Amino acid sequence: MAAALALGDDALVLSHRLGEWAGHAPVLEEEVALANIALDLLGQARVLLSMAGDEDELAYLREERAFRNVQLVEQPNGDFAHTIARQLYFSTYQRLLYAHLAAGDGEFAGLAAKAVKEVAYHQDHAEQWTLRLGDGTEVSHERMRRACQALWRFTGEMFQPVEGLDVDGEGIRAVWLESVSAVLRQATLDVPEGPQSGAWSAGAGRQGLHTEPFGRMLAEMQHLHRSHPGASW
Amino acid sequence: MATAAHRIARTREEDSPADEAALAAAYEAAFDAAVAADERIEPRDWMPDAYRATLVRQIAQHAHSEIIGMQPEANWITRAPSLRRKAILMAKVQDEAGHGLYLYSAAETLGTSRDELLDKLHSGRQKYSSIFNYPTLTWADVGAIGWLVDGAAITNQVPLCRCSYGPYARAMVRICKEESFHQRQGYELLQALSRGTPEQHEMAQDAVNRWWWPSLMMFGPPDDQSQHSAQSMTWKIKRHSNDELRQRFVDICVPQAESLGLTLPDPDLRWNEERGHYDFGEIDWTEFREVLKGNGPCNEQRITQRRAAHDEGTWVREAAAAYAEKHTAKDITKDRSKDITKDGAKDGETTA
Repeated sequence: MAAALALGDDALVLSHRLGEWAGHAPVLEEEVALANIALDLLGQARVLLSMAGDEDELAYLREERAFRNVQLVEQPNGDFAHTIARQLYFSTYQRLLYAHLAAGDGEFAGLAAKAVKEVAYHQDHAEQWTLRLGDGTEVSHERMRRACQALWRFTGEMFQPVEGLDVDGEGIRAVWLESVSAVLRQATLDVPEGPQSGAWSAGAGRQGLHTEPFGRMLAEMQHLHRSHPGASW
Repeated sequence: MATAAHRIARTREEDSPADEAALAAAYEAAFDAAVAADERIEPRDWMPDAYRATLVRQIAQHAHSEIIGMQPEANWITRAPSLRRKAILMAKVQDEAGHGLYLYSAAETLGTSRDELLDKLHSGRQKYSSIFNYPTLTWADVGAIGWLVDGAAITNQVPLCRCSYGPYARAMVRICKEESFHQRQGYELLQALSRGTPEQHEMAQDAVNRWWWPSLMMFGPPDDQSQHSAQSMTWKIKRHSNDELRQRFVDICVPQAESLGLTLPDPDLRWNEERGHYDFGEIDWTEFREVLKGNGPCNEQRITQRRAAHDEGTWVREAAAAYAEKHTAKDITKDRSKDITKDGAKDGETTA
């Protein structure tokens, strides 16, 4: 069940981060779009966590060290460009992963077949905004460039092997790189490179080693549930 | 069905339009007849300036309420105590943004723009519902908002589905369907708390105590102090008076509170056999006026957050506009060159 937990935590944590945007988006259409993506991810998380146990126990009663999401999805929202860069990197990966899982006959095939349609929309949304911000104004170009650069080092982790998941990580990485690079180029942005770009690409969220903002996120997410042990809602 | 426009067109042919005053009177008579016959007024129909103005004011305020109303509930998205509840709450807040969008579109059919209306909201020239100036202090508040605030909104809005202005009425049909769904979910949330642990029950009761009176204020001032009521009823924008709707709401809520196992915080609340309605206590109209004036607990916070979201989003909207302009310009150039190649310089007009 390690794999269900890893994929479920990815979706749960990113959904939570997107939920933080509610009431703060730059335009009303994005209130709808970001909430919509958050809801899709939460739906995926609930199916995956339920495969691993009780969804609420897993979401609300595990400590930080027991979460198995990649560090990319726990990164704070930052500005809109930061959120879009995170979304571009992750949804491109998730689409490739789910397309692969949907094509197989493993335990995730059913979920993946449904989720891949949702994720295709998420990826399209992120790509469209990457183009608008990268190839928009000077200000938006610079913000998008910085965001893509800052988050690049968290991308390597997505392609590490996950116990119980029959996926060729290196194969997915190659296609991912091609897809993301094409979008960045079209958005007049450089593909991040140089010594900084791979500095933490061995990130260890899958092993329960997270970044500092994650603990605070969990404190907020879990506090009410933990304040009323055994209650049902 | 004869629309007001058809009626006016006919009037025009029949009466000689030489006399401007007579023509204006004919327009007005046609409008009045259409309203009297329960026909829908549509965007291109003639309408009195004051009718247009009052609709812009009301629809804009309604749209603003949806947008500001996202805040008190979104306040609990990151703390929702179960994944199921979190999904329901996220979907609800998303619906509210969608309702705001429908309503801004409806207002735009009257010749204003979303930007203009948002600007009026941000500068305090247009209002939003006073209820959203109260804080959500516990999880139970999310349920109380669903049950009471959405309940009051539905009581107000169902008659608007028959409002004389077509675009508004049609928006309300869609909105009311989703609102009644939210209201049931709010009720069900409170029910789970009320029947849960003693702490949960207390949380539910406390929330109802804080939201009951503000919900009654959502129906607006008493009939004898409502400045827009009479005209709005003649125009069939409104179908029932503030006090009628408020009474209807109280009558619905009392048995629901009983079945929830919660009390309503009003010692004067009792069944009146003679009237066939519940009597209830006096509303604190001073509080109502203060909140409307901007002195409620969250007025400042709500508008500051809304302005901040808008201001911090400026660079994003500018980027989208710049991108659209660049790429539309390119696409047009591309299309034109294609046209020229295809048609040759046959008529020399393709580049005009």
